[in-house]
Amino acid sequence: MARVVVDVMLKPEILDPQGKAVHGALDRIGLAGVADVRQGKRFELELDGDLDEERMAEVRKVAESLLSNPVIEDYAVRVES
Amino acid sequence: MRVGVVTFPGSLDDVDARRAVEIAGGQPVELWHGDHDLHSVDAVVLPGGFSYGDYLRCGAIARFAPVMTELVHAARGGLPVLGICNGFQVLCESQLLPGALIRNHNRRFVCRDQRLRIDNADTAWTSTYEPGQEITVVLKNGEGGYVADEQTLDMLEAEGRVVARYLGANPNGSLREIAGITNERGNVVGLMPHPEHSVEALTGAGTDGLGFFQAGLQLVS
Repeated sequence: MARVVVDVMLKPEILDPQGKAVHGALDRIGLAGVADVRQGKRFELELDGDLDEERMAEVRKVAESLLSNPVIEDYAVRVES
Repeated sequence: MRVGVVTFPGSLDDVDARRAVEIAGGQPVELWHGDHDLHSVDAVVLPGGFSYGDYLRCGAIARFAPVMTELVHAARGGLPVLGICNGFQVLCESQLLPGALIRNHNRRFVCRDQRLRIDNADTAWTSTYEPGQEITVVLKNGEGGYVADEQTLDMLEAEGRVVARYLGANPNGSLREIAGITNERGNVVGLMPHPEHSVEALTGAGTDGLGFFQAGLQLVS
């Protein structure tokens, strides 16, 4: 078993209304000095068997085609041990 | 003049879309997301709603529905396809149309009668309108903010591919007030407002939306 984590974030130039709402809430509960908040997504893929380069290439492919939309989002793939 | 209307799990406006096709004089055909063929329809409407619960991103999972494989192929070959609201999101996720739709800038679900200007009256779905014609149809969305990079926006403008724009206050933060766009060929149109809800005086904001469905039928007849 291997755990592969895919983090997806909106590109910096894309407006993030959810992040802004969270930012507003942080202000209201008194956390000072927060310059900005961006909200993203984290996917944890539990994969059977050994994780070879071919498998990782497949994961990168779905990270780009399904888990993220390259028009508005960036993604990062990493293996968690 | 058979117009297919795709029903995904979570589609809401498929029944209204089929009704609009009928009122426009066409024969609506129910297409199911699990279908592997388009049953020889002459045009397709992807309706509004919340396909697959809007999980992941609006339209992202619908893009991989079995019916979409054939639909994307047929659309690239010239089949008229109109994507309304969630259908527009599906068309963007399928890369049949450029750009993406994100959460409304004001974080509010908008539901109102919306004034639009038809900027391109040469597409498969807008040929019954005059260029520059102002119409009012229903708008209802939570994630209707159209975004694309500057280069793509400039390209859409230069090629006349902005089909409709919002008039008055921008309802959802769409860049350059874009309410709808088309592909290079003009057979695929994505539209955030809902013309299918504005086809009968009794229940809609007038009947300004009917022209989209009449245009689609003109083309195939």
